Amino acid sequence: MSDAALGVDVVTEDRARSVTTERRPVRIALILIAVAFLTVFLLLPLFAVFSEALRAGFSGYWQAISEPDAVAAMKLTLLVAAIAVPANLVFGLAASWAIAKFEFPGKSLLNTLIDLPFSVSPVISGLVYVLLFGLQGYFGPHLQSQGIQIIFAVPGIVLATIFVTFPFVARELVPLMQEQGTQDEEAALSLGASGLKTFLLVTLPNVKWALLYGVILCNARAMGEFGAVSVVSGHIRGKTNTMPLHVEILYNEYNFAAAFAVASLLALLALVTLVVKIALEWRYADQIAGSNRH
Amino acid sequence: MAGARGLALKRPSAIPGFGLALGFTLTYLSLIVLIPLAALAIKAASLGFSGFWDIVTAPRTLAALRLSFVISLIAAAINVVFGVVVAWVLVRYRFPGRRLLDAIVDLPFALPTAVAGIALTAIYAPNGWIGGLLDPFGVKIAYTPLGIGIALVFIGLPFVVRTVQPVLEDFEREIEEGAASLGANRRQTIFRVMLPALLPAILTGFVLAFARAVGEYGSVIFIAGNIPFVSEIAPLLIVIRLEEFSHAQATAIAAAMLGIAFVVILLINLIQAWQRRRFGT
Repeated sequence: MSDAALGVDVVTEDRARSVTTERRPVRIALILIAVAFLTVFLLLPLFAVFSEALRAGFSGYWQAISEPDAVAAMKLTLLVAAIAVPANLVFGLAASWAIAKFEFPGKSLLNTLIDLPFSVSPVISGLVYVLLFGLQGYFGPHLQSQGIQIIFAVPGIVLATIFVTFPFVARELVPLMQEQGTQDEEAALSLGASGLKTFLLVTLPNVKWALLYGVILCNARAMGEFGAVSVVSGHIRGKTNTMPLHVEILYNEYNFAAAFAVASLLALLALVTLVVKIALEWRYADQIAGSNRH
Repeated sequence: MAGARGLALKRPSAIPGFGLALGFTLTYLSLIVLIPLAALAIKAASLGFSGFWDIVTAPRTLAALRLSFVISLIAAAINVVFGVVVAWVLVRYRFPGRRLLDAIVDLPFALPTAVAGIALTAIYAPNGWIGGLLDPFGVKIAYTPLGIGIALVFIGLPFVVRTVQPVLEDFEREIEEGAASLGANRRQTIFRVMLPALLPAILTGFVLAFARAVGEYGSVIFIAGNIPFVSEIAPLLIVIRLEEFSHAQATAIAAAMLGIAFVVILLINLIQAWQRRRFGT
């Protein structure tokens, strides 16, 4: 726009607008800073994963993701998520039912404790189970005499994964169910519905999108967890290696193309997670509690 | 029976299932979270104060703890600066690609840390896209503390953006107009009216990013180089001690990390409470 030709008009218009926004050069500079920062710090790593993965060509890529150890790692990752996510889903429903529908002393303490695993280092999340169930641990010798192995075996991996993904479903459901109150349930009960029927036909439909939102995030973390699982896994190829651990082993063997090939599958999972998350936020923003933008 | 006990515990309610829901919640919480963390506390206490102190003040442990906390603070500070700029741009300006940018902010939440770790290493290694550009100037990022900082900025960014963004969205334009009509220029309005109001959210984002960074493991160990006294972070030292079957050492370092992190977070919460009282938001 030629400022000179329009003269006074532009000046007054610009001044009127400038009350609640910045001058144009400042705006452009800030946008460029934000775009450059996000490109370098977020987009570039994502791009690097796929570019490195395909460095050995498609046949190398296919070989890396179809060799037996990689397939075993994928199966284990799916198995662990298939146990951890439903476990935390049931917990999330129980916790939000108790916290949102009832008044009892110690409620805010309970709410705080549920978020506790988020503030613990993943490595410490694994360590606590080693202290309990490892050979030198509190229950280790007893478990060994029974022939039960938890650490350096699948049960330990599942436990560590449950720990790090513990709050995901509950933290989405609790604020939403608190916001929704108890009127719907009271209406259903007064019309003669049983408690279970009320829960299944009234409460569950009210929170379904928030539930899905929490499950998606829980699943992404469960499949991608590295630190906690690394501590309890023992890194036995084909047996106790999840996909992220398999990536580490390949990488440390300087088999970079294969490491990035398996990593690219995890990156795809992250992208799918983001797309579903955003779709849910756009479509059902009002049915997902407002406070859930982490 | 359950109902009678329930009445004593909670306010009367027509809704059933309190005993079952709370019972399950507390049992699960205890088994998965509280008992394991208690095991850590008991193990740490069993070392005795001098035993604990000797481990934590050993030069290698101190170096690791110092490195973890100092770089996490710096990374969280960098995230505050760029996180606020990103939040500001996303909320206030309209430009092509804005929604994509908004979506990509959550990437560090979704991308497994090990994947982020090897990707960042590939980029910042001396033969990488960015590392290769800087290498001729003698600047090394991967395998130095600088690389740790890069990884921690990556994983901490969404915490600042996602705590500041909603507060900025709800910020009333009338306040800005008021400041302007009272003669403030734009810079004064932003730095003396808006930023103080955003400060609690910014501090919260800072604390969240810092807390995450201190405990971070997966994205750091690939890029760090892991040289004792130079680029060995505290979580890695815990893993190393565990691999040496030294549970006592691992436990002491973990307890120290949790303790220091707790004090820092408490301090910043106090500052925030003071801030809230002062500005009444």
